[in-house]
Amino acid sequence: MSMKATIRQVNTVTVVDLSGRITLGEGCTQLRELIRDLLSKGHKSLLLNLADVTYIDSSGIGELVSGFTAVSNQGGQLKLLNLTKKVHDLLQITKLLTVFDVHEDEAKAVASFDKGTAAS
Amino acid sequence: MKLMSADASVVEVVYESDLKNVEAAEEVVHRVLTSLNFDEEEQHRIGMAVHESMINAIWHGNRSDPAKRVWLQFFIYDDRLEIKIRDQGAGFDISSVPHPLEPDNLLKISGRGIFLIRSFMDDFQVKNVPGEGTEVTLVKRRNSNTDINQGGLHREHEGHNTPG
Repeated sequence: MSMKATIRQVNTVTVVDLSGRITLGEGCTQLRELIRDLLSKGHKSLLLNLADVTYIDSSGIGELVSGFTAVSNQGGQLKLLNLTKKVHDLLQITKLLTVFDVHEDEAKAVASFDKGTAAS
Repeated sequence: MKLMSADASVVEVVYESDLKNVEAAEEVVHRVLTSLNFDEEEQHRIGMAVHESMINAIWHGNRSDPAKRVWLQFFIYDDRLEIKIRDQGAGFDISSVPHPLEPDNLLKISGRGIFLIRSFMDDFQVKNVPGEGTEVTLVKRRNSNTDINQGGLHREHEGHNTPG
């Protein structure tokens, strides 16, 4: 199963519910194009909900980092919500928990975004 | 296919160089690990090490050349599981792979695959044979504890050769 994404707006934050596999190939390409598309439309407060991501590999992790950098470079913020234990462990091993702002509560995550980076 | 040698049971599967076969390999890994009673967490770690190795072989080694093959072998010993993945690529110099935890590398897009393999397995060896390909060997002790090997602390067993 490849990756699926559902986009919804919560206040000024764009929440992306991801599911499936984020791996080299289709999953990574989809995520890259999704973030690029959202940025081009002015969505600079992105909250990626990974609750239903069943598998992520090193390329998928790289794509999350790429998205984080792309959003940051445009003055926005990309945060993560609802990591599964497996994804949490991967981010811990790769020290990326020190990079990403990770949340377990959607309302608190939404409230944590700077107002200045909201969607236009 | 399952074979028997003097001291190990051997399972071997040969794949074409197509990324779709990574998932097929994952299914084989799952079946083998289940039969050996590895718990779910260890299955995920070993499965991910094989996933990353298969991607290296198909994508980086064979460059998805349909004429080239990837061999996945399981050598099942009483005390350990050895998994060998061999491609027909030009090989690589593992010493040139930057450490992804270095501050300058933390935000790099790539370079975490080998690190994860090292983290999840008890031993990891790379053998480049110029003109033939690259073979990696992943070792997991059976009934060992499941502590994560901090990805690079155990490099003394690498047998890599820089091709050409």
